[in-house]
Parts: sequence; structure tokens; C-alpha cells
Amino acid sequence: MKASLILEDGTVFQGTSIGSTRTCISEIVFNTSMTGYLEVLTDPSYAGQAVCMTYPLIGNYGICYEDMESLQPWTDGYIVRELSRVPSNFRSEDTIQHFLVKNDIPGIAGIDTRALTRLLREKGTMNGMITTEDVRYEDVADQIRAYTTGKVVEKVTCPEIQHFSGAKKKVAMLDLGVKKDIPDNLRKRGCDVTIYPADTKAEVILASDPDGIMLTNGPGDPKECTEIIKEIRKLYESDVPIFAICLGHQLMALATGADTHKMKYGHRGGNHPVRDLMGDGRVYITSQNHGYVVDVDTVDPKIAVPAFENVNDGTNEGLSYIGKNIFTVQFHPEACPGPQDSNFLFDRFVEMMKGAKHA
Amino acid sequence: MPKNPKIKKVLVIGSGPIVIGQAAEFDYAGTQACRSLREEGVEVVLLNSNPATIMTDKDIADEVYIEPLTTEVVKRIIEKEKPDSVLPTLGGQAGLNLAMELADQGYFEENNVRLIGTSSLTIKKAEDRQEFKNTMEKIGEPIAASTVVHSVDEGAVFARKIGYPVVLRPAYTLGGSGGGIARDEAELRDILANGLRLSRVGEVLVERCIAGWKEIEYEVMRDARGNCITVCNMENIDPVGVHTGDSIVVAPSQTLGDREYQMLRSSALNIINELKITGGCNVQYALNPDSFEYCVIEVNPRVSRSSALASKATGYPIAKVTAKIALGYTLDEIPNAITKKTYASFEPMLDYCVVKMPRLPFDKFISAKRTLTTQMKATGEVMSICTSFEGALMKAIRSLEQHVDSLLSYDFSGVPDEEFLEELAIVDDMRIWRVAEAIRRQIPYEEIHMITQIDVWFIDKIAILVGMEYSLRNQKLSEHLLREAKRLEFPDYLIARLNGVTEDEVRTLRNQFGITAAYKMVDTCAAEFAAETPYYYSVYGGENESVPQHDRKKVLVLGSGPIRIGQGIEFDFCSVHCTWAFSREGWETIIINNNPETVSTDFDIADRLYFEPLTPEDVENVVNVEKPDGTVVQFGGQTAIKLTEALMKMGVPILGTSADDVDAAEDRERFDEVLNACGIRRPKGETVFTAEEAKEAAHRLGYPVLVRPSYVLGGQGMQIAISDEDIDQYIGIINRIAQDHPILVDKYMLGKEVEVDAVCDGTDILIPGIMEHVERAGIHSGDSISMYPAQSLSPLAKERIVDYTRKLAKALHVKGMINIQFIDQDDEIYCIEVNPRSSRTVPYISKVTGIPIVPLATQVILGHTIRELGYEPGLQPEAEHVAIKMPVFSFEKIRGADISLGPEMKSTGEALGISKSPEEALYKAFLGAGINLPKHKNMIITVRDEDKPAIAPIAARFEKLGYRIFSTRGTANYLKEHGVRAVRTNKIEQVHPNLMDLILGHQIDLIIDLPPRGIDHQRDGFLIRRNAIETGVTVLTAIDTAEALVTSLENTDRGRLSLVNIAEK
Repeated sequence: MKASLILEDGTVFQGTSIGSTRTCISEIVFNTSMTGYLEVLTDPSYAGQAVCMTYPLIGNYGICYEDMESLQPWTDGYIVRELSRVPSNFRSEDTIQHFLVKNDIPGIAGIDTRALTRLLREKGTMNGMITTEDVRYEDVADQIRAYTTGKVVEKVTCPEIQHFSGAKKKVAMLDLGVKKDIPDNLRKRGCDVTIYPADTKAEVILASDPDGIMLTNGPGDPKECTEIIKEIRKLYESDVPIFAICLGHQLMALATGADTHKMKYGHRGGNHPVRDLMGDGRVYITSQNHGYVVDVDTVDPKIAVPAFENVNDGTNEGLSYIGKNIFTVQFHPEACPGPQDSNFLFDRFVEMMKGAKHA
Repeated sequence: MPKNPKIKKVLVIGSGPIVIGQAAEFDYAGTQACRSLREEGVEVVLLNSNPATIMTDKDIADEVYIEPLTTEVVKRIIEKEKPDSVLPTLGGQAGLNLAMELADQGYFEENNVRLIGTSSLTIKKAEDRQEFKNTMEKIGEPIAASTVVHSVDEGAVFARKIGYPVVLRPAYTLGGSGGGIARDEAELRDILANGLRLSRVGEVLVERCIAGWKEIEYEVMRDARGNCITVCNMENIDPVGVHTGDSIVVAPSQTLGDREYQMLRSSALNIINELKITGGCNVQYALNPDSFEYCVIEVNPRVSRSSALASKATGYPIAKVTAKIALGYTLDEIPNAITKKTYASFEPMLDYCVVKMPRLPFDKFISAKRTLTTQMKATGEVMSICTSFEGALMKAIRSLEQHVDSLLSYDFSGVPDEEFLEELAIVDDMRIWRVAEAIRRQIPYEEIHMITQIDVWFIDKIAILVGMEYSLRNQKLSEHLLREAKRLEFPDYLIARLNGVTEDEVRTLRNQFGITAAYKMVDTCAAEFAAETPYYYSVYGGENESVPQHDRKKVLVLGSGPIRIGQGIEFDFCSVHCTWAFSREGWETIIINNNPETVSTDFDIADRLYFEPLTPEDVENVVNVEKPDGTVVQFGGQTAIKLTEALMKMGVPILGTSADDVDAAEDRERFDEVLNACGIRRPKGETVFTAEEAKEAAHRLGYPVLVRPSYVLGGQGMQIAISDEDIDQYIGIINRIAQDHPILVDKYMLGKEVEVDAVCDGTDILIPGIMEHVERAGIHSGDSISMYPAQSLSPLAKERIVDYTRKLAKALHVKGMINIQFIDQDDEIYCIEVNPRSSRTVPYISKVTGIPIVPLATQVILGHTIRELGYEPGLQPEAEHVAIKMPVFSFEKIRGADISLGPEMKSTGEALGISKSPEEALYKAFLGAGINLPKHKNMIITVRDEDKPAIAPIAARFEKLGYRIFSTRGTANYLKEHGVRAVRTNKIEQVHPNLMDLILGHQIDLIIDLPPRGIDHQRDGFLIRRNAIETGVTVLTAIDTAEALVTSLENTDRGRLSLVNIAEK
């Protein structure tokens, strides 16, 4: 079946429908990872967005359910150049075609994804519509333009508290749209992890007497999370060690007076170099997925100092809070998909929790 | 960390002659590195024995030594030039081994020279089998169960313990030389004995066989601060068991999930961190297709063939960055030259699929075993880029220029099913064609996978291509079908053939539906950043990103495709210099080529680079976008010449000698007219089309005759025939390859062969020098030892040669280059061949005369005259030194290839010997070619009767040098009669001990075996030569070569070698 992708600037790509045939309107972003399409589909940070994969051959190794980053896919839509007809991998349990249909995710294949990427790079992230219907741009332009991701954290956070027991440090995790590999990384290190819904009050978390608090990744504009920011301010004021990733990093910055802004087209992929500004100046290749960034000029140097920066564009990639056991990163040390080079940050968090208790 | 200010002068060691396993990729890497060093203000001293390389140009390095790669030479250069550092990781295994030998001796330390780039300790950890194993065990990286052995028995004991099959890998050899898979003890003994001999240190690794696992490679970079990245990973379609150089390789990996991808990536970074690599490095893995189990196969702590491929596949210049890291920079300080926005410390992301295919030499070595093993056999490779795997594979196949254009090119349809299933298990160069046939026979994917171990994903992609063949045969050519066929990169003529329409009809339909090729950029970042370097590949169905400029005159330079015997790196040298010369003249330059190993496909050589097959349709697509003002075909070898007609049809002006004049030189009858008009003689000959006609012609001319197809390079299919039987056999071989052109039969003349390269501006000619071949006519010029200046020509002969060259160049209206081969018989000069184009000897003669021939020819093509360019026309004054070009062969790599020399070219590379004394030049040339005789002082001589008088004095000279000579009865008797104490030995079919026992006893240094002219119908000679080569014995098959060698040996003991710096002003 034919499908089209109509962008808010009027550009139309004609292709073939994949997955669900329903129409969707979403924010169109691109991801440059060459592997890990299932992890991308199931990363809650993509809620409210439709993802274009720049790598043209998708679905080659099928669907390995254990690689899912959450219980379901969160992307509104999926845009690829070509889906593999026959997947091949010893773990593959399903095809991506069937996975998309089963989860009612609409998508489009057979379009020039590079042309789309170049357009997004030049004009910035845009809204778009994926549809199998014969519609004219003029008729849907307003509808497309009107779309916003809105308060999407509420959609992706867990409905109730989850607990994974562990013998070592006790971590309270505020689920802003967590990827499974974040708790998995802590559990691998023996931590006892409790995951709290995003609307949990700071008092509840602190009352559980955690050794550390973890603020997770998540979707959308951080400034939409006004209530959560207030709670995070309270967590900041506690003496509990905090480690935050991605949206968590942005919310901590907002909670302490800094500002964030939307990037032209964001960082989404597995090849972003990040320089360690606190240590020896080493550069790590990181996995990233963010469209907003902390405006480093608005960070009060008395509150926090930049800990990491992006080697390509100099944007902020992490903050270390002065006089606090708090450090936050914009990138994804849990990887999945992407390089595991910064995985040691979880060790650092565990060390920090030890230090705080025994100090 | 900024640059280390102490590094001011660096000695870069190149990789020497091109051999299988060590080819043009090191010229590419070395050239890029030298330029990278010099842009940092570092003075570069270069050593490489290979004169055909671009890196040995005086504009690439400050001081250039084209000298043998020996420790003595390196020491002499260090004494003379006093570099503060040596960079050894860019010259392949040859350069690395040399540096390691000196490091082991403590020479660098004593002389305050530092090894920059990866340290010798690291190199040892990676290269020494035992140390490598220890290191991997220490950091918990799995390797296949293995042990290092020093004897055959030791190996047999270990193999019994771990079970067969086992893989054997000799330490410190090139391209897996001497290695292989042994299925039982007999095979083990055979391969291991050979491997031990070939290994520099007499060590071979015996290893658990993991054949059938996925073979995955990672190209990684690390700087001294410990920053590391992966440039790209690659997946071999052929599972473990086939050398990666002979495998079809795809980048990035296609069948690995993120889990597997990151697991191996982390492992690779773990390894280079532990080894403390500084620069580029290649890590090879075997991955169990049914689990996460993996093994590290090997680590190459240097730039390699794979790193060249990765550079071209991603746009990331590994050699350039390696050089910068060697100077002390960190990755995040080195700008990404492609995007100019990002830094070298990021990982390229591809938004396309790359396919590499090997160019295997079985068309040259018809008797060779086509089986592919862990021993590399390919002489070169092609790379193609497309957004689909199918498209990239189709493009790669037609880039090979090996009479293949699709998956239909080998026909197995006549093979009965049962037999076919057996054939499907054969691992050779035709394997993917068999997989396609298997799909046509509807053999289930799973069964094909079980037999071949090729991943089902690739099998399905091949099935998609087979499906398209079927659709094109059975369906009307609708817009949808045509669009899909083009998306899969079916060329128009193939669509036409399958669909039963004409190519013009296909083209008309395409135009009607607007189906045209679009060009996408290779930008290292999947379009995330705007890139500045115009490096393109074509794709059907999409937006065209190539926006041509039209503010300057624009020239299209055609590359020469994959490196093959007969068309090697020399033509890349010519294409690159031509491109630079056009640039200097203010032209915009465009290169089309498909060889990832070359300098011409580096991103900053031409203004715009198209990585495409060199077929008329692919070239036309580029022409349609770029609309060049002209093109040059005379520098790209036969590949470019073959495109002349097509380019003219496209309306692209051919700059330089016209196509019609090229034809006049290649067409026998027209060429005879030219010769007659000039009053130049040539050996009598005729043009024929059938074997019958050929035999009639041969009878008229009298045997021996030379038989060859017209329009060939490297003497492909050329043979000397002494009988009707020979002719029947040759014509059969020639006709195996579709022939559009007639066959030439010439009287074979024995005489001195002389070669000239000249530049003609339409009025005047410039001859840099006359080259004389050591071997008499009958041996291909590319396989002959060539001497400049000619040593034995009379003034009259020289005068005639200059006169004839002038006449021919003018008669053919040459504008640019011309190459002529003559035979001198007692001052009578016969012309045997004229090529109105650049030749194999151009780089060599340019370097040794100091005359930049290609730039001059290019300027002449653009309308300058030779006088205007500051040269007095005619033969240039002879240089002070003698320069000898020595052919180098790779026979030990090609099992079953006949090594005897003849009119068909067989050498893969060349080395130079240069000195004021001809004897020393000859000695250096042999040394450079790796002919370094061991000290057993035993040799075998077997010759045919007519050569006995000639061999006797040569044998006497060898004897005087202390050699013991073994011969079979006839030769032995003759030698004894002439005062040489030859030892009589049994022929190989006679009782033991015989000749073969001597050879296999590893006691023989040298064999002089002169096979009968014509086809050698005896199996004996062939067996002797093959066994000798495979046990590492030097074999000479021409009497003149033998004489040259003995002359060289007589001059061995001459004290210190002299050095010639060809860059010296």
C-alpha cells in the first residue's frame, strides 16, 4: 500500500506503508545509529516523535524481544529506506513488519531517508504526517503545524512503584521514561532499585531513605515538567547522592535555575564524542537521544560546573554540582543502542553512594 | 596534547614491491601519511623499493630513496639523513618487519632515533603469537585454542589434542602466506613444513578451526591519551576460512544486532587499550552465528588493506589521522577533513551499504586452483556503494572487469542437481554465482546456508536479484519493474537482454519515466552535518546531491579500476599526476574509479570523486550530471581506453590523441599502413579470426609464432606457439573469453627488446630515455628486467629508435603519451608494439630521469609545446646512474599457477635498483625484489638441448661462486663435458632420491629451469617449478635472468651500498 510523509513545510515523500495503516501526526526526528532499531523503537524518550532511521537497511536481524528498552514501542511513527524481507539472527523471534503491525505503529518505507535527513538538518526538526490516505497538504497543513509533544512524560512513566531487590546500595529511581538498561546497569552492580512514577513527591522518595537517587531519561520538552522540577529541587536540597541522565539532567538544571533550549535537530545516534572536562580531558563516544539541551551560559557557576561537553558542537553534556554529590549527563551511559564507553559512570555513582554514607 | 616539537624529521618506510597481500593500499596510506606529516612542517625521508608508487615522488617526500628494504639500507639512510624518528606502521608488514628487526638489534636506541606511532613493544605483543595469546588471556578476550610450534612434529601432537581441522598461521608473513586449513595429519605436515620455512622466525600457530563462523572486522583508532574510536566494522559474506582479502566484504556489518555489534566493538577497544596502540589498528573476529561466543582472530597494529577499505567506505582518512597521532596529537585535536566541522574523535555513521569484491588472478593463471583459503590470492579489489546491498553487489560485480556483469555470468545450468549440490560446497571465486544458481533451482535457503555457511540474509538478497532476473524475463517492462530493476542496479544492457528489448528501448523508457541516477555524498556522518568534500556514489530513486560547478573548465579523468596483473598501481600513478597537472592548469578535476586501495580515490586528490564502476553506462550517468569539457583516457590503462568509443558517443571531447589514432595503432591493418608509410619494419604477421586461419598464417610465417588477441594489456592470452597443436590450444583459451576483436599471429623474433616512453606535442617529441630489457623478446615486457639507460645499444640503434619514435608519434598524431616496444637485431630495429597511451614504465622512467612525464604530457594535451615547457625535444641526456627495474612475482600465493615466463605477463610488482655502477644497480634490484639466496649454495639446472651451450658458461660462473650444481642426465653430462662439475640426479619419475627430494629437502637455493618454448607438455618441469616455489626456492625460467643474477652475485661482496636520493636537486 502506498503511503506518504507530509512535512509541515509542504515537502511530500511518497513511499510504501509499513506497520499500521492509520494516519499519524508527530514530530519528525532522525537517528543515525546503524544497529539497535528495536531499542530505538522502544525507548520512551521517543514518545511523541516519529523516527527516521538514516541507516537504509532496517530489520536485518529481526526482533529479539529481550532487547526491548521498555514493554512497548513508543515512537508515533517509523520512517525507513528499506525493511529487510528475511531477517537473520539466532535470537530473532519476529519480523519488524509484524512487530509494527502488532503494536499499531504506522510507518513508511521506500523513501529517500537521506533527503529527509538533510531537510531536517537544514530546516530543523519539523512536524509531519504519515498517512495512507490521499490528502492534500493544504488541507492538513494547519493540523500538522499545530502538533506538539505536550506533557508526554505522564504517558510513559510507570503507573506504580516497582521494586527490584538487591544486596547492595539502595537506589530510588524517578521514572521519567526510563530505559530498561538503566535499572539493569544498577542491578548488575548489586543495587536495590525502586522505580517511582514521575509524579511521586520528593518526600516519598526521601522517606524511603535511599543511598542514591537516579533521575532517568525521558521524552519531550523539559520545561513542560513544571511539577516534577519542583520535586527535583527538593531532592537537590537533600544530601542524597544523585545521578541523572538525559531529561533528568535537564530537569536538575532547570530546578537549579539554569535554562534549556530546543536544538535545531538534536543529537540522536551512537557516535557523539563527549569530552570529560573534570578529569584528564579524555573523549568518549556516546549514545545520545535528545532534542533539548542545557544552556551552559545560564548555569550559575556557584551551583554547577560543566563536566562534559560535546566535541562537535560544544554543547553541554554534563554538569557536576558544587558542594553536592550530584552529577548529571546529557548522554546515555547505559547505551543500548550504542557504545558502552561511558558505562563506568554507573560505577562512579555506586562509589559516590558509598562515599556519602561512609564519609 | 599538541604536536611533539622534538619530531622534526621522520623516516617513513614503504612496503616495497606489490605482491599479493601487500598492494596499492600501502601507497595510498603512505602517500596520505607523508602529506599529513609535511602539512605539519615535518621533513619526510622516504624509503621504498617500489618505483611505481606515488609516495616515492619528490613532491610527496623531501628525500626519496628507492632502495631495497633491508636493515643495511635503513641504517645507511639513518646515518646519512639523521632523522629523529621512524614511522614504521604505514608500510605494511614489510615495513613493520624491517623496523622490528632494527628495534630488536637496539639500533634505534643506540642512534637516538625514536619509533613513532605504535611502539615496538606493542607491535610485538600483537604480532608475536605467544605474546598475543598471553595478552588476550590477561584481559579475558577469547581466542581459539592454539599453540605456537617450531616443528612439524610439535604441530602434529597439538593438533591431535585439539582435533582436526586446524588452522595454520605462520608468524610474520604477508597475506597469510604459507598458512591454511589442515583436515588431517597429512595435510598438516604438508602445510606446516612450508609455513615454518616461510615464517621469518620459524614459528607457526596451530589453532582450533572456527571455519563457518561469521568473520567480522573492526577498524579502530587510538591516541596516546587513550581516546579510542571505531572507524567502521565490516562483515565478510564468506565465513571464517577464506582470507578477508579474498572474501566479499560488506560494511557496516549487516547481520549483527546492536548487542553483538557493541560486544565486539567494546572488545576491540579493550584490546587496543591494553596493547597501547597509537594510530590505526585492525581487529578480526570470528563470531559464532548461533550464540554470543566469539574469538579474536588477529590484530594488525598498523594500517592495512582493511584500513584502506574502511577509509574509503566511510570517508575517514585513517592513515592521515595515524600520522597526526604519531606526531603527538589527540583525536579531538584533529579536524575531520570531510566535514571540516567535526573532529577525528567521532565514529563515522554510514547511510549506505558498501560491498568489496576481490579481483582474483585466475584469468591469468588458468592452471591454478581457484579454491579460496586462508592464504590470500587476490591481486586487487573493487568497492561499490549503494543504499541497498543488492545494488552495491551488482555494481561491484561489474566493476571487476572480469567478463562478469551480473549473477548470470557463470553458467551452471547444465550441471545435474546432485553434482550441483556438491559443487555448491566449493569455496572459490564463483561461489556467489553458485548461490544464485541454487536459488534458481529453488534449493531452500536453509539448505544453501547449511552447505555454504553464508548467512541467510545474504542468500535472500541474492534471491531478490535472481527474482528480478526472472521478472525481467517474464514480465512486460512496466515503469514499476524498470524502476525496481534500476534500484537493484541492473545495467540497461542486462535489462534489455533479459527482457528481449534493445538497450536503446530501455534508455528511451527510462527517459520517459524520468528514471535517472542520483548522486549521494559520502560524508562520514549520515547527513547529520553538512560536509564539504564532494565524494559521491550513485543510486536510483532519490534526490541528487551533486551540484556541479561550471565556473572553470572541467576534465573527467578515468581511473584504472582494480589492480590486476598487467594493470597495476602504475596507472594510478599516471591518473593522479594527470589530475594534479590539470588542477595546476586551472581546471576542475573529476575522477571516476572503483578501487579502494588507490591514491586516486582519496578524497582530496580530485575536486570531485565518483566511486563508480567504469562501464559506459555508469560513466555516462556521471557525464550527464557533470557535463565535463573533456576527458583523458590515455592515463587509465586499458580500462580507460576501452571507454573511448562510448565517451565519444556521449559527446565528451577526448583530450589528447584522438580515438581514431588510438584505433590506428591497435588495428593491425591500419597499423601496418602506418608502419609502411614510416618505412619501419615489424615482424611479419597476420590478422585472423579462427584457429584454422591462425594455423594457415603460422605456416606461411613459419613457427615459432606469437598468438594474441588484439586490444589487450599485460599480454593477456598471448603465447608463443611452436606447433599446430599449440595454436588449437591457445585459440581455445582465448575464446573462453568472449572475443569481439580479431586474433593476431606474428612471426616470433628473438632479439634485444627495447622500450621507449615518449611525449609528443604534435610537432616535437621528448624521449626521457631508452630502456633495454635483459631478457630477449618473448618474455612480456612487464616481466622483464628493464635497464635504463640502455646498456648495449649501438649509437646507430639508438639513433634509429629515436627516429622511429618520432615518425610513429607524428604519423599517429599523438598528443600526449606514446609507448613503443622495439626489437633490435644487430642494429636492425623492428617495431613490435605501439601504445598511444601511458604505460607501465612511466613512473619508473619519470623517477630515474627526473622528468615529470605525466605532467608534461598533460600540459601538452592542453596545448603547450615541449619547447615552451623548457625541454629540448628528442632523446634527453642520460642520467648519471643506472636504474634497473626488477619484476616481482607472487607465485607462492597461487597454488597450481605455472611460473614459467612467456609473453603473458605474470608479475605483480616491481623493485628498483639504482646506482652509478650497473653491477651494483643489478645487485640492488635483485635484493629489492627479495631474491636473497640462502647459504646452502646448492642449485639445480635443467635446460632444453638448444640452451645447453648458453647455460654452460653461466653454470661455470655459479660454480666459481661456490655453488654445487645438480642436474638430470642430459644437462649434467653436457656441463661436465664443458668443465662444470655437475652432480647427476634422477628425474622426478625415476627412483628416489630424485630432483624432487632435493627440492623438498629444503637444501636448494636456486633452480634454473628453462622450459621448452610453446606449451610445456611435460608435467615434470611444471611440478619442479611449483614445488620449488611452494617451498620458497627461487626459480628462474629465462637464461638472461640467470646471467643477470650471477653477475649480481659476483658483485655482492662490494662493501657498503651506495645510496641515491632521487629528490636531490
